[in-house]
Amino acid sequence: MTAVEERTGAPTPEIGKARRRKEDARLITGKTTWTDNMVLPGMLHLAVVRSPVAHARITSVDVEAVRQAPGVVAVYTGRDLAEEQGSLPCAWPVTPEMVNPGHPSIAVDQVNHVGEAVAVIVARSKVAAQDAVELADIDYEPLPVVLDMEEAVKDGADLVHDHTESNTSYHFVFDAGEMGTGGDTEQAFAEADVVVSRRLVQQRLIPAFMEPRSVVVQPQGDNYTLWSSTQIPHILRVMAAMVTGIPEHKLRVVAPDVGGGFGGKLQVNPEEILCLLIARRLGKPVKWTETRSESLMTGHHGRDQVQYVDVAADREGNLKGLRVRLLADMGAYLRLVTPGVPILGAFMFIGIYKFPAYRFECDGVFTNKVPTDAYRGAGRPEATFAIERIMDELAVELGMDPLELRRKNWIQASEFPFTTAAGLEYDSGDYETATQQALDLLGYDALRAEQQRRRESNDPVQLGIGISTFTEMCGLAPSRVLGSLSYGAGGWEQASIRMLPTGKVEVVTGSTPHGQGHETAWSQLVADQLGVPFEDIEVLHGDTAISSRGMDTYGSRSLVVGGSAVVKAADKVIAKARKVAAHLLEASEDDLDFSAGSFSVRGTPGSGVSIQEIALATFASHNFPEGMEPSIDADATFDPENFSFPHGTHLCAMEVDTETGFVKIRKYACVDDVGTIVNPLIVEGQVHGGLAQGIAQALYEEAVYDADGNLTTGTFVDYLVPAASDLPHFDTGNTVHAAPGNPIGAKGVGEAGCIASTPAVVNAAIDAVRHLGVTDIRMPLTPERVWRAIHAGGDGGDRASARTNAQAVDSSDAPSTAGGAQ
Amino acid sequence: MIPAPFEYARPTTVDEALQAIAEGGEDVKVLAGGQSLIPVMRLRLAAPETVVDLGRVTELRGVREEDDAIVVGAMTTHSDVLADPLIAQYAPLVAEATATVADRQVRHRGTFGGALVHADPAGDLPAVALALDAEFVIAGPQGRRTVPAADFFVDYLTTAVEEGELLVEVRLPKLAGSWGMHYEKFNRVAQAWSIVAVAAAVRREDGHIAEARIGLTNMGPTPLRARAVEQALAGAEATQEAVAAAASHAAEGTDPSSDLNAQADYRQHLVTVLTRRAVSTAAGL
Repeated sequence: MTAVEERTGAPTPEIGKARRRKEDARLITGKTTWTDNMVLPGMLHLAVVRSPVAHARITSVDVEAVRQAPGVVAVYTGRDLAEEQGSLPCAWPVTPEMVNPGHPSIAVDQVNHVGEAVAVIVARSKVAAQDAVELADIDYEPLPVVLDMEEAVKDGADLVHDHTESNTSYHFVFDAGEMGTGGDTEQAFAEADVVVSRRLVQQRLIPAFMEPRSVVVQPQGDNYTLWSSTQIPHILRVMAAMVTGIPEHKLRVVAPDVGGGFGGKLQVNPEEILCLLIARRLGKPVKWTETRSESLMTGHHGRDQVQYVDVAADREGNLKGLRVRLLADMGAYLRLVTPGVPILGAFMFIGIYKFPAYRFECDGVFTNKVPTDAYRGAGRPEATFAIERIMDELAVELGMDPLELRRKNWIQASEFPFTTAAGLEYDSGDYETATQQALDLLGYDALRAEQQRRRESNDPVQLGIGISTFTEMCGLAPSRVLGSLSYGAGGWEQASIRMLPTGKVEVVTGSTPHGQGHETAWSQLVADQLGVPFEDIEVLHGDTAISSRGMDTYGSRSLVVGGSAVVKAADKVIAKARKVAAHLLEASEDDLDFSAGSFSVRGTPGSGVSIQEIALATFASHNFPEGMEPSIDADATFDPENFSFPHGTHLCAMEVDTETGFVKIRKYACVDDVGTIVNPLIVEGQVHGGLAQGIAQALYEEAVYDADGNLTTGTFVDYLVPAASDLPHFDTGNTVHAAPGNPIGAKGVGEAGCIASTPAVVNAAIDAVRHLGVTDIRMPLTPERVWRAIHAGGDGGDRASARTNAQAVDSSDAPSTAGGAQ
Repeated sequence: MIPAPFEYARPTTVDEALQAIAEGGEDVKVLAGGQSLIPVMRLRLAAPETVVDLGRVTELRGVREEDDAIVVGAMTTHSDVLADPLIAQYAPLVAEATATVADRQVRHRGTFGGALVHADPAGDLPAVALALDAEFVIAGPQGRRTVPAADFFVDYLTTAVEEGELLVEVRLPKLAGSWGMHYEKFNRVAQAWSIVAVAAAVRREDGHIAEARIGLTNMGPTPLRARAVEQALAGAEATQEAVAAAASHAAEGTDPSSDLNAQADYRQHLVTVLTRRAVSTAAGL
């Protein structure tokens, strides 16, 4: 055999190939099963009557008129369902003392946030159900509304839940000194030359996924199938079974194609439980699909922290200690992982720096707002924002270049694996190289020179450069670590590979995608592993009857954990096939080579049998090894030993119009290390999407409540999600340091862009106008806030929340009749 | 979301439309491009008894020349306005402002007349119409009447179009002399309404500004003319300094609202900056 023949015989590896995603055609055209597309015989439709007030006792509920409305089949109030609804689960009691007030799916006596369900209407059509909503007559006796966390934690504050002693759900502490992972923090601060303290605000955000939530439940005897636009069909099945009492083996949960989630569908939603309860009562299939207004108002929100951050250093810029105290807004209730989100951040505040001492405290605080929960990054963007903002402030205090301060303190490439003061063992990376590449991509020196020129000429448009480095704990998660944090489940992932008679391959994954491209990436993994064509592989997911075990998709875990399970399952298939091949080739297993999908006897060219042929031989089983079960299918479960730690350096050059406060990103460059890249196109897409979302937090998005607890940003007119036209070109790059903790070497990429970009953008804006006296600007950096910070000092202040822009169309303002066209 | 039930009429002529409006009951809404009305109905902020859809009234579409004016049919879509050679020749300010309206999809359905008669103070075209001294032709059961722009915008979302009437066309006078025009729009994301915007038309003569017409968007419940700026500019030298001095009067007589995008004092600051920029660009400075 010549070298040339070898080359043509071996297909190019799939891993590393920028394949277009095989699932995209159906997802983009909508020619697929979204939950709301489902139509079942006799299906009834739900509409939810929701509280218009944030905090009140329900004094009377009159739904007689609803019952009489055309097409209405039934109407249920909280009282009707009180005995059977149980409480929505919170799977993460972060401290033993954590107060969980319980979370009804439908309010019985009291409402605690605007939009809480107070009645559910069942009708023959969606239109009939919706028309009847206005007929419900519910009286509320107002209670004091609790909105501001800093007020809510004071002694004597009004309470969200009157059966609790305070609005504080829990007090969580991580102290490196006490844990033995670092020195004494108080001492470090007492001895430090320089201490810089800041109060930083992480505004409340709305996940704003594209496909609204939707649920269909079909009862069949005492069995139930629940379709939901969810990220977590497996977790939902367990939790819904426990809440409703439907036995787990009688409940099948299906997540068909799901149009985005960003953590917003990592939830057991009230409406999922209500659909199950009502389908059980009526014995008929039911559907609920939310409106966009319901989605923004009642789907869980994200972020919402007040961060008090102190950093200690010596005069030379050596970091000595970090102290973080958080107030984290839980909203009115604890949902699935509400209390855990800020705790995920607890271990990341020290970022990539070698802090000798670290203390973290967090109070989870109840307010009369919709609960917060997972949102892209979940705890880690908050932490990265705080450390990268305070590093800039410390650099100013020390008179140091912000990059030099970082360089002086970050972990060197030679120091991996490195155990931080937070007790995490960072796996691999090279912060210096990534940073240097990012500086080159940005054209850092030229922009610094331009910045200088603009300052000297007092240009009305000033230029700033913002730096953010980051790392994050990904690949959620080692089960024993989750156990040590009192999380209610493991962090493993499951995969199965089924070899079909014609040689085609079914890959079953427990990691349920909602737009990430698992079908493509998993096919690439298996194509390389088994040596079968990419096109011969189908990836199945999202149905607990097909994929019986799984932990689903969140926390940049899918490729790292779920992909590793796929690789392990493929290894098992090969091991079984090897036995069959040895039998068929009448050779010893030890003498077989497996390459490009074929087994051959070493030193005997042309003797091979392909794994696809073995699949057919297994189907027939006419000639099979003695004592071997006639199957080469395999299952595998992967539980990581450690997290993986992607890292990167993000740089933003920002123009600030000092006359108007308008900010415009001039250039954005980032270099991320996400470990081994399976599909560069998917990675690039994840980085772009993450950047868009992180930049959106910095510049555009904010869930604003008015003084009465109404969501002012209740439509996309007021909750600004940027479009491509509002974002700059992204100059992206990668370094690759394979993760040592999984067979792929992947670190996770789903959240990277979202984590690193926000502080880079804010640091850039402040850098542009710091010489004008600006030290902080609240997010999002609306032009008004930037202008006020420049011209009046402070952080830009609150926005006028009493009036939405959508109220330009408020009915009370609108003329009662209009001749003219609209 | 789903609108409340309503009756629906789809006339093909102006006369049929007027009749449908007359017979439509207490609360009639006229549907032009639907880019404001349909979202409001879906949110159930409006629940009209009857919707009269002008989509098939072809006589209301298109732009034509008529003596010293160009006449824009009320149902001419934004994208048709953008492509129209008469608009480009005689009213480039209209085209420039129209190009900033929302996004391409909205511009393909939304209409010139619909946007004007909706009279959203954050909408872009009312201030332009005001700056250009447009005239509005309104049809009613008793025939047609013409209302100057200065009288057309009555209050928040309210125009001179009375119950039972219909805006049919808008006359834009051809401007004589050497005019420069510019629409300076300020918003946070590309497809959003104006936080503040300034429409400026400036006639230059012998190195001076002979005449300026300035319309302000979102500086009160209706579009406004910046009369103090116009007076200060009349006869002023065409210099940045003179323009800046004049523009400093831009907030006089304005009454902007406070909302999530901007509080009133910030809007009053913005309008001076944007007026300076709009006039400078229009004057070719």
